[in-house]
Amino acid sequence: MKNNLMNVVVKYKSLIGLLILCIVISLITPRFLSFGNVKNVLTQVSVNAVIAIGMSFVILTGGIDLSVGSILAVSGAVAASIIKSTGNVFLAIIVALAIGSVIGLINGVLVSKGRIQAFIVTLATMTIFRGITYVYTNGTPISGLGQSFSSIGNKTILGLPVPVVFMAIVFGIAFYILSQTRYGRYVYALGGNEDSARLSGINTDKIKTLVYVISGAAAALSGIIVTSRIGSASPNAGVGFELDAIAAVVVGGTSLSGGEGSVGGTIIGALIIGVLSNGLNLINVSPFYQAIVKGLVILLAVMVKKKNK
Amino acid sequence: MDKLMPLLEMKNVSKFFPGVKALEDVKLKAYSGEVLALLGENGAGKSTLMKILSGVYHKDAGSILIQGSVVEIKGIKDAEKHGIAIIHQELSLLQNLNIWENIFLGNEGFNGITRRINKNELIIKSESLLKDIGFNIDVNTLVKDLNVGEKQLIEIAKALSKDSKIIIMDEPTTALTDVETDNLFKVINKLKSDNISIVYISHRIKEIFQICDRITVLRDGKYIGEVLTKDISEEDLISMMVGRKLEEQFPYKKSPKGHTILKVENLNFDEKVCNISFEAKSGEILGVSGLMGSGRTEMAKTIFGEYKKTSGKIFVDDEEVNICSPKDAIKNGICYLSEDRKQEGLILGMSVGSNMTLANLKKYENGVKRINKEEEDKEVQEYIMKLSIKTPSSQQLIKNLSGGNQQKVILAKWLMLAPKVLIIDEPTRGIDVGAKKEIYDVLNELKAMGKAIIMISSDMPEILGICDRILIMHEGEISGELSREEATQEAIMKYAVGITN
Repeated sequence: MKNNLMNVVVKYKSLIGLLILCIVISLITPRFLSFGNVKNVLTQVSVNAVIAIGMSFVILTGGIDLSVGSILAVSGAVAASIIKSTGNVFLAIIVALAIGSVIGLINGVLVSKGRIQAFIVTLATMTIFRGITYVYTNGTPISGLGQSFSSIGNKTILGLPVPVVFMAIVFGIAFYILSQTRYGRYVYALGGNEDSARLSGINTDKIKTLVYVISGAAAALSGIIVTSRIGSASPNAGVGFELDAIAAVVVGGTSLSGGEGSVGGTIIGALIIGVLSNGLNLINVSPFYQAIVKGLVILLAVMVKKKNK
Repeated sequence: MDKLMPLLEMKNVSKFFPGVKALEDVKLKAYSGEVLALLGENGAGKSTLMKILSGVYHKDAGSILIQGSVVEIKGIKDAEKHGIAIIHQELSLLQNLNIWENIFLGNEGFNGITRRINKNELIIKSESLLKDIGFNIDVNTLVKDLNVGEKQLIEIAKALSKDSKIIIMDEPTTALTDVETDNLFKVINKLKSDNISIVYISHRIKEIFQICDRITVLRDGKYIGEVLTKDISEEDLISMMVGRKLEEQFPYKKSPKGHTILKVENLNFDEKVCNISFEAKSGEILGVSGLMGSGRTEMAKTIFGEYKKTSGKIFVDDEEVNICSPKDAIKNGICYLSEDRKQEGLILGMSVGSNMTLANLKKYENGVKRINKEEEDKEVQEYIMKLSIKTPSSQQLIKNLSGGNQQKVILAKWLMLAPKVLIIDEPTRGIDVGAKKEIYDVLNELKAMGKAIIMISSDMPEILGICDRILIMHEGEISGELSREEATQEAIMKYAVGITN
């Protein structure tokens, strides 16, 4: 019986951690649970959450994608310039997603067929596409994007902010793929043991490539959200976002070596980080201290996981 | 003769894992200068008992005595200090280091002042250790460039390097050829004369009668009995192990042989597979025999598409097929069960059910690409029953199953695909007698259904007992072919070493 209780705690440790965090913060400052604040937190978290969900696919296969921040920037920039020149928001979104997917495809092919380590490939593309963003924007933000585009980042659908709706949709699709389809099974198998997966007839190159495409597309979607909320596409957008995404994935219980974890965990991880940040803000803790706390939370999350192995 | 005090005694040892009673009140006595066989089916608890002795696991109850005094073994280094060394069934060498580095890993012997390793001394020592076991190789070779059999020999050298008084060998000869096994026995005899106590875990009854003085039998985690080898017969020993007399270990069934399902023509890969041509017919088990390094696994992997052939043709049901990957092979009805189940067969982090259905998921997919998990589990349960797989549930993590049951899960994985040709590589390695028979029965069933089975095996009795026809490979080529009637161990060995008349 004791064993069973322990197993449940371990399985839901991230969720329990999040709940405890929320309870503690709301006791300290009741403002935390106000409708306006909750909406705020969810909106702020959504950018990182979308990237992290895409990143989860990559990490589940034992890889990593450092280029998501740069993909965010370049797709945001291209989307912005399309809106400025054609005013067609729909076209801008499609092109941005396409760019994210193509960069993801480049990453994926280099990792799978090129047999180059993911860390190195995505480090390189991160640098290259940041450079391309600077060249493309001439180093200055692209602004003046109009009402229609800004409504994506700033309006609501049925009372929920659009970014939060995007996050929910992306989560829903990701959850479905990973838990209900055979591609999801293949992702876990590939991360668990690539040789066994390949010898079972799984096209491991294809799966490896696809997860980077997914990550790239998710990053591009985040780029659209960010660009819309700020109202301009900055060449500096997304710097460091890859680390926040990886943090969310790790805090959510997914192993960096692959084969273990879930997008449910990732969303909770993103929420833990977001709630923590929001809570510390409400209590007026300086952003400097917040960084220290965030780092400690990451360590704590991984230690709890290790202890229960 | 006075009753000698045992060098090692384990009393009432118990060990529990979540959901599994691995050991219950087990006892064991090992004497200096003697080889004690530790015998039992897979899952009987032998590996667990030895892991407790070697410091890898902590016992939950019981006591361990060395030379009459109670000892507490707190970890691996502690066990080593007590003079206990173990050679594991699952090899634990570091692939990216070379031979002498692996042998002295953790025991490099730093110079106290300069903290430097005396490389030359270690190289000389390792060369002499390898010579003792009849293995001639450059000790600077990287372990990843060795095959399974060669790695085993390094493991043995490693244990021997620690000057141990008690050496535990867990299935040491599974990947060794007869020549290498004979060498090992020579070394074991030398160790006996040096008063070392050896605990020998093996399923190979013939070897036990050859090299062991005493036998302790476990079954389902319990102690069954201890006998002197000279006082018992093979049959009675097997009865002790399985609790029932096995009528015949090799159930051979004759089946009508049909058309050629697989035809291989002039297959070449690298230098390892040279001009291989043969046919596998419906309703037959085609054995592939040969020494370590003869290229059997390489040939199988080339047919399966894991290695890309440099030239040659493959025909399935008289149609030429183009196989560039395992996926292609499977599509054409060819399945391959690897010799290395840990590295190439299992996904350790996944459940029994997920491992089993991994190659067959398309079948349970509905319109919206969703896997029908009820349908999936139904088929998993079918196969768990069919192959008598011992697992508390289909959701159990596969890493918690014993080796034999893991192998059955992998076999089920391929059976689910109803292949035309099943290539199995060392299918019963490290598996107990009971499970072996179950696997042979499955193979006979497949045979009767008209499939072709290609069985690569280093187990001579198995090849002679189960196969209809035997191919022998030598240095990448097929050196001979024997029918069941004409095959003898000598005839196979002649072809295997390349003697042609």
